[in-house]
Amino acid sequence: MSNQTQITTPAASQEVIKDASMLKQKAMIADNYDKLTRAKELGLKVASTYVPGNLNELIMCFDMLNNLPEINAIQNGMRKKSGGMIMDAEKMGHSEDVCTYVKADIGNMAKGSIAPNGKPMPVPDLLLLSYTGCFTFLKWFELLRDQYGCETAMLHVPYTGDGIITDNMRDYVVKQLKEVLIPTLERVSGVKFDIDRLREYLRQSAKAEDDLVWVLKSAKNTPSPIDAYFGGVFYIGPIFTAFRGTPDAVEYYQLLRGEIEQRIAARMGPVTPDGDLGEEKYRLVVEGPPNWTSFREFWKMFYEEGAVVVASTYTKVGGVYDYDGFRHDPDNPLESLAEYCLGCYTNRNLPTRVDMIEQYLEDYQADGLLVNSIKSCNSFSAGQLMIMRTIEERTGKPAAFIETDLVDPRYFSPANVKNRLESYFQMIEQKRRAGGSARAA
Amino acid sequence: MDTWVKDMRKLNDIVDYCQTLYDDLNFTAARDWKAAKPGRHVIGYMPTYVPREIIHAAGMLPLGVLGGGDNLEVIHGDAYYQSYICRIPRSTIELAVTKRLNFVDGMLFPSTCDVIRNLSGIWKLLYPDVYSRYFDVPQNFTSAVGGTYYVQELRELAEGLEGISGTKITDEALNRSIDLYNKNRRLVNDVYNVRQVTPWKALSWEVYLLMRAGMVLPVEEHSQLMTDYLAAVQAEDRPKRDNCRVIVQGSFCEQPPLNLVKSIELAGCYIVDDDYMLVNRWLQDEVPTDGNPMENLADAFLNYSGETACKYVPEREDKGKFLIDAVRERRAEGVIFAAPSFCDPALLDRPMLSGALARENIPHISFKYAENSGQMQPIREQAGTFADTIKLWGEA
Amino acid sequence: MKTFIGIDLGSTTTKALILDEDLEMLGKGITNSRSNYATAAAVAKEEALTGARLELFRRGLGGELSSSAAETLMTDLELAIRLEQFLDQLEDLRKTCATQIAPGQDGVLEALDEIFRQIKTEAPDMFTRDARRKSDFFRDIAGSRVMQIGEAVAKQAGIAYDTLINLYDKSIIEVENRPPTSDMAQMFLRAIDRLTTAGSELGLDQSTARTVMQAALDIELEEASQVGTGYGRVTLPFPKDNIRSEILCHGLGAHMMYAGTRTVLDIGGQDTKSIQVDGEGIVENFQMNDRCAAGCGRYLGYIADEMNMGLHELGPLALKASKAVRINSTCTVFAGAELRDRLALGEKREDILGGLHRAIILRAMSIVSRSGGITDEFTFTGGVANNQAAVKELKALVKENYGDVTINIDPASIYTGALGAAAFARRALDS
Repeated sequence: MSNQTQITTPAASQEVIKDASMLKQKAMIADNYDKLTRAKELGLKVASTYVPGNLNELIMCFDMLNNLPEINAIQNGMRKKSGGMIMDAEKMGHSEDVCTYVKADIGNMAKGSIAPNGKPMPVPDLLLLSYTGCFTFLKWFELLRDQYGCETAMLHVPYTGDGIITDNMRDYVVKQLKEVLIPTLERVSGVKFDIDRLREYLRQSAKAEDDLVWVLKSAKNTPSPIDAYFGGVFYIGPIFTAFRGTPDAVEYYQLLRGEIEQRIAARMGPVTPDGDLGEEKYRLVVEGPPNWTSFREFWKMFYEEGAVVVASTYTKVGGVYDYDGFRHDPDNPLESLAEYCLGCYTNRNLPTRVDMIEQYLEDYQADGLLVNSIKSCNSFSAGQLMIMRTIEERTGKPAAFIETDLVDPRYFSPANVKNRLESYFQMIEQKRRAGGSARAA
Repeated sequence: MDTWVKDMRKLNDIVDYCQTLYDDLNFTAARDWKAAKPGRHVIGYMPTYVPREIIHAAGMLPLGVLGGGDNLEVIHGDAYYQSYICRIPRSTIELAVTKRLNFVDGMLFPSTCDVIRNLSGIWKLLYPDVYSRYFDVPQNFTSAVGGTYYVQELRELAEGLEGISGTKITDEALNRSIDLYNKNRRLVNDVYNVRQVTPWKALSWEVYLLMRAGMVLPVEEHSQLMTDYLAAVQAEDRPKRDNCRVIVQGSFCEQPPLNLVKSIELAGCYIVDDDYMLVNRWLQDEVPTDGNPMENLADAFLNYSGETACKYVPEREDKGKFLIDAVRERRAEGVIFAAPSFCDPALLDRPMLSGALARENIPHISFKYAENSGQMQPIREQAGTFADTIKLWGEA
Repeated sequence: MKTFIGIDLGSTTTKALILDEDLEMLGKGITNSRSNYATAAAVAKEEALTGARLELFRRGLGGELSSSAAETLMTDLELAIRLEQFLDQLEDLRKTCATQIAPGQDGVLEALDEIFRQIKTEAPDMFTRDARRKSDFFRDIAGSRVMQIGEAVAKQAGIAYDTLINLYDKSIIEVENRPPTSDMAQMFLRAIDRLTTAGSELGLDQSTARTVMQAALDIELEEASQVGTGYGRVTLPFPKDNIRSEILCHGLGAHMMYAGTRTVLDIGGQDTKSIQVDGEGIVENFQMNDRCAAGCGRYLGYIADEMNMGLHELGPLALKASKAVRINSTCTVFAGAELRDRLALGEKREDILGGLHRAIILRAMSIVSRSGGITDEFTFTGGVANNQAAVKELKALVKENYGDVTINIDPASIYTGALGAAAFARRALDS
């Protein structure tokens, strides 16, 4: 997610001024990759873990670095390198049917695990298997453990099948933190756990989270000053990755908030790779992750038509902060880490996901729901047609369904996707005209 | 219903009866059971594992729902799933929307994978008034952590069932049920053992049907059926073929069409172990029938349950050990990975298991199927070639 | 008069349709999409314009003839015009082939002339009411005749058959992609003359016919607006507002054909779509097959190839099925394998085909279900709607799943998208 330069620099004009927040995030990511690739020389230990259920504050308590394989796969997807890696993994015996993040990661390992800065990634000292909201995570780290031979610590986060976090679930996660994770992290890092240090990090997290939520909610304005999906994936970057709990993240969100306040005051639409969006014609809620290999082409299909995503569920995958107001809580550190994990978007049951989307459609005055169904990701995708159907029934707003993949370029068919998107936009337009509420010109 | 059991002794009758149960997409046997007495309830469950003892102790019939097989035309089920998702959830929905499951009072969706997990949510949206539960099992296997969590999950399950029946599940009732399932598992293991020793007598497709019967029959009847089968099959005089001995792995959720099981055997492979319907033998030892039954069930799960791709293996060196031990114990000559298309657990697990087998020089092949696969020719060819290769190696 | 044109650039065929201001159809045309959408659009439009002149001629007849006589006349006239067009293109093909002859190839020109002479002689018989043509596309008709006649002529003349076929192969694309050059008015009058001098029982003398035709030809057809749709629509040089998605066009087109339509199922070459429309033809919901083209029209194409049969022969054979064979794969990749497996098991071809048709319709029914099912009048469109075996399965499954609902199938349903597009063009005039 780091290469905003690549994304925000339009081929045609060089006149796009990078916002301070973008430069800040870019520097943060570059610095983190620098540290990761120099971990040995710096004497730092590395933990690998996932975005959903990412326990960054806890990892920081042990002076360890946080490496997120999904983010590496995204990086390789955006740099158009993932296709070859996936095919390499398939040649090694991995099925064409399974998650392409996993295959991109394994293919990358076979090529020496080169980080975006061109230097090799270190072998992690610990695989922190935070099994949150995605079955594949469990297999993914078993596969990596098989290759690396390094220590693996499992944190089993139960799925909230009935839509609630029970005491039993919370206690189970807390107990695993206390009896499995913390002792393992202490042993691997040689650093003693200090709960007050954790509290301090969580305090920082909550501050940044407040500002993130403010940013996400700014899309309630008309026109929306942000795109909460294509732009949103950059806004969630620091909180979802190795920076939650750091002063850097706090500063990033303050900068971002300031920039967006200015956009609202100037009644400006979102930034796109081709500059500021012109007229806002359609306001959408999007369910499902984006495609990364053709991220820019995909985004263009929206902004060219004046479509703005005002809320998305993908930006809740590494933590839901808006819907029910969760914040990391320094007064209840372990419990709040448990609740954070339990509350991640893909750990919520389908009825809750429907409720959340329905509320977004209403709160953000969206024209409809678009589902981007990802072949790799059954956690998201299985049941999306049911979600869509229920939303249509409940809201009467039109919905549409497109299919792509995360980082496998073979599953992004531009003509197909564009055809459906165009049909969808025209359908919204036609319905609007028929309904007499001709908002669009 | 009890009369036929006493009369039934012939192998053909047993197999035909199992076939009838297998073919019946209306679950008539379970419907009849429910209708026989007022106040009876049926609880459906999907693969791979639920503690059926608790359902039984609640006076209910656990009903295994394993999709629609190759004889169900799926129309509405396909409307719920993209083409890259396996078939079992779509045929299960087809069964539901065509009212074939309308007598079921509750559904359990075990923590098999994200597809089955999310099916629990679809159920809640489609049938908000029917009891349904995502049934989670621990991936932490210490009794203080995973055990404590699991005991509470079992209690919540029991409470849910009590809410349907209106009566409390007593420890005595649960211990009695555990006893019945202990006996059932002993018989299941006996059948597997007989097949291992004389696979030409206990044919795999027959054994398969016999195990499938356990999905729809009350445990007592299923146990009796297996007792009869064991007696009948010993008396059978069937020719021994020059087949190789294989273990089928990866078929623990969506089931292969019966033709596939037959095809493997016809192609020259005796199946001496498999992971079909693991619920029948998930617990590998007797569960104590005294003391606290919930804790006993939890201990059994933590300490001596089977292994499948849905369950985390805490130590790297143990990965694949369960399968390799099975190869040794069953004196198998090779492993056939037969996984459903788009099955995340089985297909993600496969490279690790095949790596472990390769290190032990155990031959293996793999192919994919769907519950409605129509073409057996490629499978016959692959299994046949595999059998020939093993024989050549064996002689070399 | 103002005309409104809809052009539907499908993956297999391109359609054009012209409406007048009162949304009455003036003409329609269809051609194969080729690799060149621009030419396909021009050819289809030309054919639609030809149709429009004919329609104006029919309107010009007024009360001159009884309606049945007028009908007969129109049919004959249309065939006569097709013949004229065919002859024009045939002559073009002859000339083009001639230019391709390499120097020193003795006797080739003569052989070529002989082939074309024979085709020209038999041509009038190909365009009679009773004649059966496998295809209406010039490429298909001319191609099959050149092959057949060429073989005999080559033998007789002692020339290699391949030499003649090569000339044809080199020329056909060029000819096919060349818009008709001859004067349309002259061609119409020639057709009138051909009909009236043939002395058929027209009930109309030559000069009256010529006068009416001239009047029809004199009407200026103003292209008030045109809208493009279909898979190739982005290639049209139209302004953005004149491009509409095929979903919207199909919805509106079906509504115009059958105003009670609420659900439209279209099975095309590469996609299947189910569209829900409201009482005004406005799209409320749509679903398409996913990125894989399983169970679309193309699947039948593969099956036809696999069975070495013509696409149009599949349906009639499938209708002869006496037993239900369950085919589970609608994947085009696996279709051949499953087919061979079944044949190896001794299943009959018709029974297997019956199963294949059911499999396609089952898949389409899933997409219908995905879009919200069928509540009221149901309209089935697209190439597969002309396949009676598919229609039979569809009717059965609709009844099974949704009870007795009205099912509309128009033989000209292939024009649904173009009709919707033309209607959008008409609507643009008002807004």
